[in-house]
Amino acid sequence: MGPNLLANYYETAAMLIFGIGFTALFLSRNMIKKVIGFNLMDTGMFLFLAAKGYVEGRSAPILTDGVRSATAYINPVPAGLVLTGIVVSVSVTAFLLALTVRLYLKYRTLNLDEMLQRSRRNEAES
Amino acid sequence: MASYRLFRRFANWVEGEEVYPIPEIEKNGSSVREHPITEDMARVRSSDEGVGTLLRRWMDSPQGVAAFRRVYTVTAALLCAAIVTLLLVTVSYLPRFGAPDNPANNEVPRRYIEQGLSETGAINVVAGMILDYRAFDTLGESNVLFAATVAVLILLRDDGEGKKKKRAIPELKQEPERERPDPILRASAAVVGPFALLYGVYVILNGHLSAGGGFSGGAILGAALMLLSAAFGQEKLERVFTARRCKALTFLALMCYALLKSWSFYTGANHLPSGIPLGTPGSILSGGLILPLNICVGLVVGCTMYSFYACFRSGGMRDGT
Repeated sequence: MGPNLLANYYETAAMLIFGIGFTALFLSRNMIKKVIGFNLMDTGMFLFLAAKGYVEGRSAPILTDGVRSATAYINPVPAGLVLTGIVVSVSVTAFLLALTVRLYLKYRTLNLDEMLQRSRRNEAES
Repeated sequence: MASYRLFRRFANWVEGEEVYPIPEIEKNGSSVREHPITEDMARVRSSDEGVGTLLRRWMDSPQGVAAFRRVYTVTAALLCAAIVTLLLVTVSYLPRFGAPDNPANNEVPRRYIEQGLSETGAINVVAGMILDYRAFDTLGESNVLFAATVAVLILLRDDGEGKKKKRAIPELKQEPERERPDPILRASAAVVGPFALLYGVYVILNGHLSAGGGFSGGAILGAALMLLSAAFGQEKLERVFTARRCKALTFLALMCYALLKSWSFYTGANHLPSGIPLGTPGSILSGGLILPLNICVGLVVGCTMYSFYACFRSGGMRDGT
């Protein structure tokens, strides 16, 4: 164990959120809850990236009062990366939910196990 | 023989079929077909009484399913705990949070902050970064949004009252339009809606001057459209905002983005003079191409958000004419 677990409390929280989302993705059988777990994983990653860009005592990278020294502002690069991540997360969530709607209309359940059983039964019948 | 059977099973598995081996000869064809899988199992058992078959037969029984679920739950919980522990151990070795000499704070952000204003004309360094230095990446993001819109529209399509009368999802259309719309929602949307739209436009237009930009402003625009649609009914919005127009607007915005940025690439891309004035830092008309690019991105994001909402609400947007 390294020395910085508590000093990096933002990163720690991000990893815990990621873990909660990952566990929900694995353990819940409901498709909607799986999508929520997926989103939680995304959120944890965004928090992690935003935390990596922070520098103690500096302000957001919007140049104010003509101050243009790099020591006055935090790192802008993770902000751009988080933006990309949010866009992809939104798109994937919408796509997953649309697929879930179609699956529900076909199998009349949101439970993944029941879906698999019904699809197997359908295949066996046909 | 055993290895051949194993290979067949593997090949079946690769082809996505059931892993039960196909019995070569049907021993007793007069069995009652009440459950095909158990019948297959019985056939398999008569030809091959291996440990794996017994195990699989047990797995298909109710006790087997329950036991498998228990094992799966425990294994998954252990796996998740292991991954979280691994991540936390990694975090504990990361450099300290907020320290100025972290490896991420290298010459790249220094360059963006110190030279950004004179090279891109944007006060907001992040806007200058994503819409000037890395504008190509942002074009990709907008295309991801467009692709997601198209995918959702395909999956939840509503072909409307056309000749074919083909409804992809008839069930979703069964929700009757409410006779009496919610008066509280209506009254508050009538007040908040226009201001929300205006605020979205403000955030988009000020993207290079303050926090915000095309993505956040577009999300606000989309939220305002959703609010209006929820309050006054989708039919009223569809008078101006059909799926076809939505797609056309998104496409036009993306094309505009691509053309504007190709002009910048055409004239050098390495911050050679491109003929586009950067303007006075701090005024609305400054920052070169950043303002038009922000408007394009805002249109794409707003259309995407609203069409997601329209699709999920009633199973699709009318195509319009």
